[in-house]
Amino acid sequence: MANDVWVYIEHKEGAVTPMSFELLGIGKTLADGFGSNLCAFVVGEGIDAIAKEAGTYGASKVFAVDAGVFKGFRADAYAKATAFLFDKYKPEVALFRATSQGTDIAAAAAAQLGSGICSDAIGLAVDGGKLKMTKAAFGGNYTVTVVNEKSQPQIATVRPKAFAMPEQDASKSAEVVKESFVVDEASLNTKVLEFIKSAVAINLVEADIIVSGGRGLGNAEGFDLLKELAEVIGGGVGASRAAVDSGWITVDQQVGQTGKTVKPKIYIACGISGAIQHLAGMRTSDCIVAINKDPDAPIFKAATFGIVGDYKQVVPKLIEKFKGKLGK
Amino acid sequence: MKIVACVKQVPDTEAEVKWDIPGGKLKRDAMDCVTNAFDEYAIEEALLTRENHDGEIVAISMGPEKAMDVLRNCLALTVNEVKLCTDAAFEGSDTFATASVLAAAIKKVGDVDIVYCGKQSTDGNTGVVGAALASILGWSQLTYVSKIRSIDGAGKKIVVERAIEGGTEVVEAKLPAVVSVLKGINEPRLPNLMGIRKASKMEIPQWNAADLGVDTGKVGTAGASTKVVEIAVPPPRGAGEILKGEIEDMANTLTDKLIDLKVIK
Repeated sequence: MANDVWVYIEHKEGAVTPMSFELLGIGKTLADGFGSNLCAFVVGEGIDAIAKEAGTYGASKVFAVDAGVFKGFRADAYAKATAFLFDKYKPEVALFRATSQGTDIAAAAAAQLGSGICSDAIGLAVDGGKLKMTKAAFGGNYTVTVVNEKSQPQIATVRPKAFAMPEQDASKSAEVVKESFVVDEASLNTKVLEFIKSAVAINLVEADIIVSGGRGLGNAEGFDLLKELAEVIGGGVGASRAAVDSGWITVDQQVGQTGKTVKPKIYIACGISGAIQHLAGMRTSDCIVAINKDPDAPIFKAATFGIVGDYKQVVPKLIEKFKGKLGK
Repeated sequence: MKIVACVKQVPDTEAEVKWDIPGGKLKRDAMDCVTNAFDEYAIEEALLTRENHDGEIVAISMGPEKAMDVLRNCLALTVNEVKLCTDAAFEGSDTFATASVLAAAIKKVGDVDIVYCGKQSTDGNTGVVGAALASILGWSQLTYVSKIRSIDGAGKKIVVERAIEGGTEVVEAKLPAVVSVLKGINEPRLPNLMGIRKASKMEIPQWNAADLGVDTGKVGTAGASTKVVEIAVPPPRGAGEILKGEIEDMANTLTDKLIDLKVIK
């Protein structure tokens, strides 16, 4: 029988969001496929509450490495704790979210175990006792499926929102296993001096709604209109490379091959032609709306709904209609 | 200060992708190739570090012989030395094997203080080689770096800003460090004509598995832990609906349809 399926629960100095637990959904499906158990693991300081909460999302066992040296996230410290757990319990599969934290630990822990990983997986399935991991390549024009027959655990980072959130059930609980593993502060290479919170409130990668602008906006002021629409419908503001390179908006809002990969439920592209590099970052969005003057713009081929027209006329109308219908 | 910039040759994102389907890999030789976009920021950051702190830059690439082109571009940008890690045994390497070969090359260069890499490649998109490299070398792992605040070569310290979810983290780390950089950290310069001319005549030194002391059973297809079993074209998105009529009507229809999705509150 296969060993257990493990899911890493990420947090920021003890703070979690429901998204921290999202991989327990697909984790359960895989554990059922292997006929094994779903386990979670947490590294940090004072993480009892997080460990318990993982139980309510379906983990049957939670492994917790709890010590002062793990207070803030540091890749080297967390990866050492992770490699220790993997070595001791030999899970079959270990899943991390493909966030900065998840990628940092997964990459470093895998390297310590001498294995490769599948990163940014968008498909995971158990087939004939093997885990098949699918990822997008070349801007999502291809998908590549890999198996890992050599290393244990088989490690994957998983694109945020690629799989459905598990239901939370307060009546469920997990057995919490505490591990007394520590690393010596002197052996660590890094120290976090401070964290400066972003002025942009919405994290595009987790956003359900994104209003995005491209070269077709014509100037930086175009984004003021997009921000207004985003505010009315509770979304974040994104941009194409052309808009970022024109200096109209900051690079942390760029969506696409050299920016962020997003998967909102609604993506509204204004004045974006739909170059392959932009599509790479948003083509898996649930509903794509394209607003563009050029009826031949490639974005219309990816769109769920399209409006051929000038965003300067269309967007204010959308704002007006939404305000009326939503009672804002 | 000794600086390494890791660079990768990738297919041009506009080019037609050609696969070796049974082999589960790319026919790299048959495609138009360029320097990985993120690596241009790594090279520029190496040049800026050299300007501010003196020292020399060694640009390293792993790839087929054709990857000489990206190293020639580094020479045109005035890096001091280049090394191409190339060996038939490296073909088909996964993220760990790639990082192992680069780590061996960096150790062979010797006394390196900072390694710059791009955040990820635009072909494999794994974004883990920089972190794996730091882990193998046991050096500071600094990923998603959006700014270098200071480098203290004598005190062996570096302070960087990392652009992560929700904000910017300021981290102090020991040198040596592996720093993977984001777009926006700098504005990559272009080589000038004299640089290009000079570089075109320079020899590109090559290191194979034996030169690097790499066990050929542990790299390439032989050593890779992940194997490609399928390459597919994802199903196209269903044909969309182009709304018709006056702007007033289209806006009315669209807002109804979007509100019906029950996402907007």
